Amino acid sequence: MTQTRTFDPTQVRADFPILATNVWCKPLVYLDNAATAQKPEAVLQAIDRYYREQNSNVHRGVHFLSAQATREYEGARERIAAYFGAERDEMIFTSGATASINLVAQAFVRPRVGPGDEILITGMEHHSNIVPWQLVCEQTGASLRAIGLTDSGELEEFTFAANTKFVALVHTSNALGTVNPVASICARARERGIPTLIDGAQAVPHGRVDVRELGCDFFAFSGHKAFGPTGIGGLVGRSTVLKDMGPWQGGGEMIRLVTLEKSEYAAPPARFEAGTPNIAGAVGLGAAIDYLDALDLDAAAAHERDLLAYATDAVKAIEGVRVIGEAAHKAGVLSFVMEGAHPHDIGTILDQEGVAIRTGHHCAQPVMARYRVPATARASFAFYNTREDADALAAGLHRVRELFN
Amino acid sequence: MSDLRELYQEVILDHNKSPRNCRVLDEPDARHAEGYNPLCGDRLTVYVGTDGDVLRDVSFTGEGCAISQASASLMTEALKGLTRAEIEKLKDAFIKLVTTGETTNVDLGKLRVLGGVHDFPMRVKCATLAWHTLNAALNNDRNTATTE
Ligand SMILES: Cc1ncc(COP(=O)(O)O)c(C=O)c1O
Repeated sequence: MTQTRTFDPTQVRADFPILATNVWCKPLVYLDNAATAQKPEAVLQAIDRYYREQNSNVHRGVHFLSAQATREYEGARERIAAYFGAERDEMIFTSGATASINLVAQAFVRPRVGPGDEILITGMEHHSNIVPWQLVCEQTGASLRAIGLTDSGELEEFTFAANTKFVALVHTSNALGTVNPVASICARARERGIPTLIDGAQAVPHGRVDVRELGCDFFAFSGHKAFGPTGIGGLVGRSTVLKDMGPWQGGGEMIRLVTLEKSEYAAPPARFEAGTPNIAGAVGLGAAIDYLDALDLDAAAAHERDLLAYATDAVKAIEGVRVIGEAAHKAGVLSFVMEGAHPHDIGTILDQEGVAIRTGHHCAQPVMARYRVPATARASFAFYNTREDADALAAGLHRVRELFN
Repeated sequence: MSDLRELYQEVILDHNKSPRNCRVLDEPDARHAEGYNPLCGDRLTVYVGTDGDVLRDVSFTGEGCAISQASASLMTEALKGLTRAEIEKLKDAFIKLVTTGETTNVDLGKLRVLGGVHDFPMRVKCATLAWHTLNAALNNDRNTATTE
């Protein structure tokens, strides 16, 4: 691992080749990081090198390349687990946060709930932390309840019920930017013996996460939002919980012994990794985590906070703009609507200026309904964004104002 | 920037700001259909009142981006009094224009201002939503028309 560097946004930009591209003959201003983040050279090289020099299947061959691939894959697991403050066997590779949540819903929660039981989520979840629970409720007769949201975009009082059997909540909201007090919620759930899942998809790109400090039982995340490749992510699970959890999908890799009558399952994490995994993805994610680990993440977070405040001020200064989500503690996301201009038109006009933002419901339709907007425009930031990017956003919005006055 | 002016022509901005025929068609045998573009959340309801084969009146309600609002508004202006066959011809020519940029010998009149949309592939569905919804209303199709 490399040494921690002092943080300089213009210096880290050079690590991300795509940031130097032009869009419509204008320099790309990438403000859609909450959808997916860009990849540093180190990640691109790790994937390339894996396919050129190490490609083989894992855990299966006695030959040289298979041993190499296995070492790379398991090495990535070990480093990723360590980064999150977990043990190696607590880190399960999945295809991303969505798969991680579905895994917990089907393998852990489904067999443990029934009619009269409650699964508790919040009103600011991504669809991927809503629909898997609705499926479990359909399958088991359990019910789903969501904690409401305040006008500023924070959680209302987090109340457990006597029949609450599981809590799943988002760490950092992709639609509002709100950072929830997950550690204290997990602690209160734990006092009541209620297991917890944290959807950390938007938390990992904005700061170091230690699952022991969070105190959750499951932590789900996506590689591609954390500067790694698409199609890979993880579920970090508490070993004492994983031990008693049955498999979700069956296949190769996840078994110890198979006869035509019955199979014995492998121990975690292999029990939850049926089939040939996304090996190159795991290698790429390992490189992304190494990259994060070598950054001064506190300084990066301070830079991001400053940038978000700067961009928020600039955007709010524009006539007719209403920011959706003004929680006291936010990270990375600036969602807004503009009177007289639909988010889609805003997105198209900004795109012509080289500024990439996301417009729509952000896979959080209940959030749109709560704040009575059909959609929002969302600028989302990473540590490689600068004040110039925020200026380009504001300039683009002034252009929107001119057209839609 | 010229591209943007191509897309957001004055007529479009005007119809977005003050959409024509934006109302519920309040007559006993009016039919309506709902349209939804899942990508951007645009929702439209198109109402039609017919006299035999002729579209006597047409209106819409709903919310959406400037392109979908203006397209719905312009559509209602263009179609009043036409027969099903005439509407069909206009529809085909209009969809061809916004998807490919190609014109045919059908005179689209004011609808031509939406021609710039074909340079913005992500926005084509905004322009066609009203027409798909109109089709559903005319065919008495109770399912929500979608652009997918
Ligand atoms: C908060 C949150 N949770 C979960 C997800 C799902 O991530 P993925 O689509 O990578 O599985 C996202 C992605 O947008 C997200 O923002």
